[in-house]
Amino acid sequence: MTTQPTTATPELSAPRTDDLAKVFITERPPRPSAWSASVTFGWRALLKIKHVPEQLFDVTLFPIMMTLMFTYLFGGALAGSPTDYLQFFLPGILVVSIVMITMYTGLSVNTDIEKGVFDRFRTLPIWRPAPMVGYLLGDGFRYAIASTVIVVMGLILGYRPQGGPTGVLAGVAVLLVFCFALSWIWTMFGLLLRSDKSVMGVSMMVIMPLTFLSSAYVDPSTMPNWLEALVAVNPITFAVDSVRSLMSGEWPGTDLVWLSVLSAALIAIFGPVTMRLYNRK
Amino acid sequence: MTEAAIEVRGLVKRFGENVAVDGIDLTVPAGTVYGVLGPNGAGKTTTVKMLATLLKPDEGDARVLGRDVVSEADEVRSLVSMTGQYASVDEDLTGTENLVLLARLLGYSKKAAAARSDLFLETLGLTAAAHRQVKNYSGGMRRRLDIAASLLSVPKLLFLDEPTTGLDPRSRNQVWEIVRAIVDQGTTVLLTTQYLDEADQLASRIAVIDEGRVIAEGTKGDLKSSIGSGSVHVRLRDPARREDAARLLAETLGADVQRDADPVALTARLRQDATANAADAAVTELAAHQTGVALGELARAGIIVDSFSMGQPSLDEVFLALTNHPAIPEEVA
Repeated sequence: MTTQPTTATPELSAPRTDDLAKVFITERPPRPSAWSASVTFGWRALLKIKHVPEQLFDVTLFPIMMTLMFTYLFGGALAGSPTDYLQFFLPGILVVSIVMITMYTGLSVNTDIEKGVFDRFRTLPIWRPAPMVGYLLGDGFRYAIASTVIVVMGLILGYRPQGGPTGVLAGVAVLLVFCFALSWIWTMFGLLLRSDKSVMGVSMMVIMPLTFLSSAYVDPSTMPNWLEALVAVNPITFAVDSVRSLMSGEWPGTDLVWLSVLSAALIAIFGPVTMRLYNRK
Repeated sequence: MTEAAIEVRGLVKRFGENVAVDGIDLTVPAGTVYGVLGPNGAGKTTTVKMLATLLKPDEGDARVLGRDVVSEADEVRSLVSMTGQYASVDEDLTGTENLVLLARLLGYSKKAAAARSDLFLETLGLTAAAHRQVKNYSGGMRRRLDIAASLLSVPKLLFLDEPTTGLDPRSRNQVWEIVRAIVDQGTTVLLTTQYLDEADQLASRIAVIDEGRVIAEGTKGDLKSSIGSGSVHVRLRDPARREDAARLLAETLGADVQRDADPVALTARLRQDATANAADAAVTELAAHQTGVALGELARAGIIVDSFSMGQPSLDEVFLALTNHPAIPEEVA
């Protein structure tokens, strides 16, 4: 009960309690399937975007900034020219940007969960993970916007993917699946940590080294051996290499296999942990 | 209606060192409003949350409509609804969106969900605000939307956790009207409240909770006769006549008369052992009649009364009578 503006409130009609009998139809439809409940929660996330469109800044301006900044900062030094660097770098910055945006999932879970509406969701006879999966589906929409922005930005700057539209779409699709899996880490932090600030702090601490110590910015073969070994087992490297191969028209092979195994493992580990925390709240 | 809607035995919930619910027993008959009365921090909300499957009890067992709240939580969820102390609706969405969302989650098709949402908004008088974000609603509107959201599923049992806290009197009366209509439809309502008059208005049985325990339980008649149906406060013109007045009041009202700190004030605590089972209205009438007679007696004896008032026992008085400690409102999140 924080805001009670009196000016915008028209006189409401009194409740028509006599009519209650009419709406009290006890016949209930069968409970929704797990998928249908999750999609409904995804729809809730989209409604929130509709009502607070400002939250799209992080999927529009932020990726543009990242792409421009690193292309021109590293381009000349690393590949002779920004355009040459972009052919290597665009799939990398695409993965890095989207992975960074996944952090916001934890943040919105954290701020949302304290509100009364979650108590209602928890008393509904629905598939329990549906509210969480709904978040991730809604976020999938945001990631799709960010991916489009980055690819279009890249094309304008001179990126010419060898894989053509099919390769680009396949790359984005693989990335979205990986992000869905990765997001379960953030939903866990969103439920585990007390404030949105600590969620942000912990997420940054995980994300910064993961994204920089990957094959996104530079070719790992130029790194010292120990670092190259480290980068080779970084999940982000598998994601970057898979997306890069697909976009340049090659089949990612083992990278994609590893990425799938990793994604499945992330869901298998952090999904149940998230749900345990969610049920305990 | 012999079967109990809720049966609770020895329910305990601890939060660290703090024992929020300390062995509560409750039996709520089906088809009635059952009032759980107590101050902030008494354990009302924690109890309701356990019954609504939001919290797991540490000890004891609770059956809601014949289902165990722990082992059969899913079945319980399909039969109950809960309206929490803090509006359980999404502030960023509009009234319609909130209800359509929930109707979809209950399994209604898109079309049916929209129709059902419109119907409930209309019934609860919210049509004018249907397309406004809930964050712009007044407290009373929020409550109504919240109740509408709880009714979408036509629950067999509805938990209302302090439904009128923070509402203006008019909105409060409207909520009461809605609650009465809900019970008329055969839904059992478990209502928690800090207000005695609310429990009095709506509930047929009441449990008084303090520090996580039930300290009194019974029909309204039972409770009232245990604490007196109310009190009559009298202020006299002449302090010298106080003893005479006290004697007269004690005789005519058959009540304990208390000499207040103020030398001209007296408080008579009405009792009604004889009328404990009478209907509520009759009790009030009888008390009013007796008070009239008593005032007449005072006038006849030439004792001038400057002011007098009659009132139901306040929650504070109930608590004083039941626990010997006042109900201190404390802010507990």
